[in-house]
Amino acid sequence: MPVYNEKVMDHFMNPRNVGEIADADGVGEVGNPVCGDMMTFYIKVKDDRLEDVKFKTFGCGAAIAVSSMVSEMAKGKTLEEAKKITPRAVADQLEGLPKQKFHCSNLGAQALKKAINNYQSQKKTGGKKK
Amino acid sequence: MRKVYLDNAATTPLLPEVREAMMPYLGDVFGNPSSLHDWGDGAREAVETARAQVAGLIGAKPEEIIFTGSGTEANNLAVKGLALAQQAKGKHVVVSAIEHFSVLHSARTLEKWGFEISEVAVDKYGLVDPEDVRRILRKDTALVSIMQANGEVGTIEPIAEIARITKKREIPFHTDAIAAAGTIPSDVGELGVDALSLAGNQFYGPKGVGALWVRKGLRLMPILDGGIQEGGRRAGTENVAAIAGLGKAAALARNDAVKRVKQLTPLRDRLLKELPAKIERVVVTGHPQNRLPGHASFCVEFIEGEAMLMLLNSQGIAVSSGSACTSRALKASHVLIAMGISHELAQGSILFTLGIDNTAQDIDYVLETMPPIVDRLRQMSPLYSKFTKASKGGK
Repeated sequence: MPVYNEKVMDHFMNPRNVGEIADADGVGEVGNPVCGDMMTFYIKVKDDRLEDVKFKTFGCGAAIAVSSMVSEMAKGKTLEEAKKITPRAVADQLEGLPKQKFHCSNLGAQALKKAINNYQSQKKTGGKKK
Repeated sequence: MRKVYLDNAATTPLLPEVREAMMPYLGDVFGNPSSLHDWGDGAREAVETARAQVAGLIGAKPEEIIFTGSGTEANNLAVKGLALAQQAKGKHVVVSAIEHFSVLHSARTLEKWGFEISEVAVDKYGLVDPEDVRRILRKDTALVSIMQANGEVGTIEPIAEIARITKKREIPFHTDAIAAAGTIPSDVGELGVDALSLAGNQFYGPKGVGALWVRKGLRLMPILDGGIQEGGRRAGTENVAAIAGLGKAAALARNDAVKRVKQLTPLRDRLLKELPAKIERVVVTGHPQNRLPGHASFCVEFIEGEAMLMLLNSQGIAVSSGSACTSRALKASHVLIAMGISHELAQGSILFTLGIDNTAQDIDYVLETMPPIVDRLRQMSPLYSKFTKASKGGK
């Protein structure tokens, strides 16, 4: 389908890191089914790094591809590095998203950040706000 | 890979006979129908033949047919042109909530021009209740426009009953028959309407051509200014080849109507019955019986339509969806919302519209391809995992 480029199609057809983490250190959920897209990110943290990232997404092809890309970009990064992932950076890694779909990519990075915040606030000691 | 086209509501393919009928006007017979020489004669004859063929399809008089550049244009001309011409009588226009945007947005434009618009609600099947139309009519109602059948959910409206009401009140009644004409009977006498729109690419004719029928004697204000083509009701040099194609498609549709309905209905019924039986939490949208013969539409819970559409496409199956993500405006289908379907469920909209090229094997293929696709997307869906956890917890 020419609406999406090959890279987006690849991440949609073969999404990486789909699933849940039963004993996740942090969980972040954004969006709601009413507005179209909903994403839940699960993270596992070790030594201040994202050891594992998994997601579940309800939404269009772009939303699924974005989630997959965010999970790939985030894995192995330190928490502070991962929090700096922007929607623009995700879209760039996907080599572009259709204009009207760009809002979907906001959600991926946002959901990841929410999961990290969730982890940090649980830790309390490190629960400082950005 | 098997290729199965099930998006005939978007457009039907062009029949080879129709293409043949168009070819002369893309070649030697290139004249302008308004010209008085021999070159013009050939083109004019083609347009007049097509006019008689289109009139024949809907039981109208040829001189009452106005060719337009699309179904959308026919609806614009009907809604704006009829309302403007009747405005001495009043400035109130009635439409249903599930009209195509070419009617709804025309009504919105009329609103900007000082008209008042009333929208008739529909029930959960997308049906208009004629009594609701009766109640909404006023002394100053200038026009009623309600579609014969809805292209998104397939529901066929009780046009003849509504027409009995409008006729008594002497209010012009237009029906958008674009999804219906050429597929189910759209005889203007039986329907009792005063104006009717149709489009070529809905019944194996070309794109970019439509027609508006307006009952003789009913005034219409043109919306394009220019020459006196189409009896002064639609200016602009005629698209002769497309009009010839529309005429041919109309003649074929009239001839094959019964055969086509007989072919499509059982295929549609298999989808309507077997898809919800094979996949849990799938609902049929639109009326279970009063629906277009090739039209099977559903909402699949917990997943989104565009993702389904793309995965089906990767398996060679073409469908469409009314989900917010599929629309360029990122809005859920106004038709589904008007029927009381939640935004969440509307996201899972999927629409199979069959055509005369489809076979029982195509349906087998869909029934076998669809369940694993739904399953795959549900395994990714946070809504589905919430649902499964909740139902496990409940046990």
